[in-house]
Amino acid sequence: MNKNQYSKRYFLTLLMAMSLNILPLSNTIKSLNPDWVLLILIYWTLAVPERVGVFNAWILGIFVDVLTGRIFGMHGLIYALVNFTCLKFHRRLRHYPVLQQALFVFFCLLFSQVLVFWIENIQGATGLTWLFWLPVLTGTVCWPFIYAGLRWIRLLGRIS
Amino acid sequence: MDNTRSILSVLIYPVQRLVSLPVEIVETVQDTVVSYSALKTENAELKEQQMITNIKLLKLESLENENVRLRGLLENSFKLGEQVLVAELLSVNLVPYEHVMVVNKGSRFGVHEKQSVLDASGIVGQVIRSLPLSSEVMLITDPNHAIPVQVNRNGLRTIAIGSGQLDRLNLPFLPNNADIVPGDLLVTSGLGGTFPQGYPVAVVDNFTAQPNKPFANIYATPKAKLDRIRELLVVWSDSTPVPLSNHKKVEPEQSQDQEVNE
Repeated sequence: MNKNQYSKRYFLTLLMAMSLNILPLSNTIKSLNPDWVLLILIYWTLAVPERVGVFNAWILGIFVDVLTGRIFGMHGLIYALVNFTCLKFHRRLRHYPVLQQALFVFFCLLFSQVLVFWIENIQGATGLTWLFWLPVLTGTVCWPFIYAGLRWIRLLGRIS
Repeated sequence: MDNTRSILSVLIYPVQRLVSLPVEIVETVQDTVVSYSALKTENAELKEQQMITNIKLLKLESLENENVRLRGLLENSFKLGEQVLVAELLSVNLVPYEHVMVVNKGSRFGVHEKQSVLDASGIVGQVIRSLPLSSEVMLITDPNHAIPVQVNRNGLRTIAIGSGQLDRLNLPFLPNNADIVPGDLLVTSGLGGTFPQGYPVAVVDNFTAQPNKPFANIYATPKAKLDRIRELLVVWSDSTPVPLSNHKKVEPEQSQDQEVNE
């Protein structure tokens, strides 16, 4: 896949993920909405590690911060750290079966959510209930589908 | 930092519009495709409502005059008028654990932080961040939000804190013998300076005395329809005050003259 084609798909999927992140959902299911941007970032980091760097992830995080009205740099930090971990382990992770990858993704999401929890608490958030942790589980459940879907998108148009 | 955020928010605004678009389309279609009879009944209802409000307004005007006159007698400051701006909601969910909404009017329209936001039936919340094209409004039901209120019936002042549920506010600081009953209307007390005085906030719907604890358990339901609102009013009350039109009796120079005469 040439570079142009790749970046088009990369941006489109991330844009879609950003829209999914702020999708207006009913009150009962909105606490299930996982961090789609992070999931898709993890996929692209594992798939094309030479193109998705830490700086890339940080910029993306800054955009997500603006999008969701968080303190500047929160998602930047989280995405950069998760991206770094994925880059570190990508050779091993690529050979794992999807379920084992899902376990890794679970810990990435948990780590991200712990950081969010920590930073929000420093700012004095008081209303975080156990529902706050649900996106970690739903994100993990979504991983196999994201993996399959994005793989299909990535290989679309490739002649084999 | 805020400048950077403003610039980035303009870049990111299309995403928010995109997400909000389906809801807007559905509503436009619903607005457009209305039967003739439905429109007719709605029109009749609106006319009736307008007549009632007009009559109330007539009375209000005379009351306002009276109020100004009485305050003038007391050499007190007079109540200021408020300016409003209509803003429409963008249907986006920023984060699930906060009650923050995005509206389509931002600092380009002069919206700034700490402005209060109303709908037709009561206080909705306050602006917590204004960006060029949009601004973020925190609802009164957000767990991190507190609003100074008073009971309309007897002027009892307290603070209403958001509960995290769209239909409930907590009043945790009233003693067990407080004079408050279910059905009492809570209005803004104007203390704290963020919210203008006298707008309805909530109706008390549950009072449980807790004899073993210093404070009673009181819940209230917000007057504003927080889950159904589409259009909001952003209020200017703390910026340059706009005096009501007929204030000539209590202009500062005149009151000073009176003092000198006395």
